[in-house]
Amino acid sequence: MNWVASIRIALRALRVNKLRSTLTMLGIIIGVAAVITMIAIGAGAQARVEEQIRSLGTNLMILLPGSVTAGGVRMGLGSRNTLSEYDAYAVQREISGVQAAAPALRSAGQVVFANSNWSTAFFGVTPEYFDARNWVVASGRGFELPDLSGSAKVALLGETVARNLFGDADPVGQSIRLRNVPFTVIGTLARKGQSLMGQDQDDVVLIPISTLRSRVQRSHGKLRPVGSISIKVRDGEDMKEVEEQIKSLLRQRHRIQPGQEDDFNLRNLSEVLAAREESSRIMTLLLAAVASVSLLVGGIGIMNIMLVSVTERTREIGLRMAVGARARDILSQFLVEAVTLALIGGLLGIALGLGGSYLIAHLAGWRVELRPDSVLLAVGFAAAVGVFFGFYPARKASRLLPIEALRYE
Amino acid sequence: MTDPLIVVRDLAKEYRMESYTVAALRGVSLDIAAGEFVAVMGPSGSGKSTLMNLLGCLDTPTGGEYRLAGEKVSELSGDALAATRNRRIGFVFQNFNLLARTSAIENVELPLLYSPCPAEARRQRATARLAEVGLAERAHHQPSQLSGGQQQRVAIARALVNDPVLILADEPTGALDTRTSFELMGLLQQLNRGGMTVVLVTHEHDIATFASRIIGFRDGHMVADQRVAQPADAQAMLRELDRAAA
Repeated sequence: MNWVASIRIALRALRVNKLRSTLTMLGIIIGVAAVITMIAIGAGAQARVEEQIRSLGTNLMILLPGSVTAGGVRMGLGSRNTLSEYDAYAVQREISGVQAAAPALRSAGQVVFANSNWSTAFFGVTPEYFDARNWVVASGRGFELPDLSGSAKVALLGETVARNLFGDADPVGQSIRLRNVPFTVIGTLARKGQSLMGQDQDDVVLIPISTLRSRVQRSHGKLRPVGSISIKVRDGEDMKEVEEQIKSLLRQRHRIQPGQEDDFNLRNLSEVLAAREESSRIMTLLLAAVASVSLLVGGIGIMNIMLVSVTERTREIGLRMAVGARARDILSQFLVEAVTLALIGGLLGIALGLGGSYLIAHLAGWRVELRPDSVLLAVGFAAAVGVFFGFYPARKASRLLPIEALRYE
Repeated sequence: MTDPLIVVRDLAKEYRMESYTVAALRGVSLDIAAGEFVAVMGPSGSGKSTLMNLLGCLDTPTGGEYRLAGEKVSELSGDALAATRNRRIGFVFQNFNLLARTSAIENVELPLLYSPCPAEARRQRATARLAEVGLAERAHHQPSQLSGGQQQRVAIARALVNDPVLILADEPTGALDTRTSFELMGLLQQLNRGGMTVVLVTHEHDIATFASRIIGFRDGHMVADQRVAQPADAQAMLRELDRAAA
């Protein structure tokens, strides 16, 4: 018997009991929809982490001032300005594995343009900062050495700041006031989106670190403390080794005796992110696994209905055998019926899953990422469920003896 | 001299129950030539149904030999038996055994689904057979829309569709009234006159009189085998019935 005929027979048998077929399919529909939606949600979370990694840059370490112990009382991180601009220059100069070491000094305040204003963070940075933190200049230009040496009053605006102050207008060349100091906007930064902690990374103004120190903070000390040093390690370098080199260089520069605690704190951010990526990947798997359970339950539903169907149609099976159906014809007839049931359910489930993902994305505002392979996986799984759970009833049908099946009441 | 169509030698069938065995057929030997119209009679439990099942390749004997058209059927495996049923035998059952919610034409096509036959040829042959039994214009009716006699004629068309060498009819008139029974027997006689071998199981004497040979069974043995020189003519009986009614 050919496949077209088998499928037609299967469809007719399923049509005869529309309600029953629909209810049986529902298990598969829900299972497949759940798998697709869950994978879409998981993949969305994963994609977000990946995007954050990209925006942060790989191979990134952050050097922060450490705690100091004053009279037995340990102060918190950054309790003293133990890091200076000079440390950054030394790291850059002396450790070959470092591509960029960028000192940054954070400040905050009001930015004013014409009659609009915005409260934001501004960072005093060096040209290396762009490289180290993966900032891309969207329009205008970045900082150059003369800006730094001359403490030029120039600024680059993050996307959020630019939008809030200028709307759609081009900010480049405009004059703004930062804590009442006039600055010229020389460029804007490409959008980065949210940080790992959900902060808006684009709500920022970058100015030369020397300008922040001398024109805004008006501190003229020789120490030149900084809030953080972002260190980008060259591709292919061993992060751990570079970390050790930086630590020993700083201990030496800060004259820390052996056995004494570091007065700085070196954090390997990409490790944190990698761990987070891994955990979101596991989360995706977990969600898919939980969703698969409902697919399994749907499969059991199919098996149940197929068993009922075989019993109900015993006489039909007997007749088919009497007119020449071989055991394998009966087997394939019922198997095709089960797989047809599962596949129709699978296709409807895909539709529901896509719709569900779309709804979740719109109503809950979650990021979902639809993957073609998850759709294929779900359909393949549905078909497999049909074969697996359809096989036992089909085999039962095919093993009936023709005379007994014909006499069955 | 060619072999008879059906050669049965010492055919036996035992059913094993839990603690005892039941001998349903105790060594039956029988020849049926092509073109015969045989009625098998006997009370229930006499073994006539068992013989039918064995002749129909629906069951395998526990002893003896059965050759159908020269083929040693008693030695065939399940798939080969299915093929034999498909190509050589047409079944007619007491309760018609048509597929519900399936049109007459599709019911007739059923045996062709299990033999290598392209779809168009399938439809053509089924249509021709339905026309032969006088149901051409009912091709797309479902069994529930047909009378008992019409349903049984669909079943006969189904039995004929794959050009079998043998029609096995198991109490074909059991569910029909007298008039419809005569109509049906007329159809079988007509087929037999065309050369078809017909073996019929019945417990009604009236029905058996239409056959050219009557075989009696009792307790698993063949107890009678008589040729009927002048079988009753179902068409004539039908005309008589109509006259009596008028």
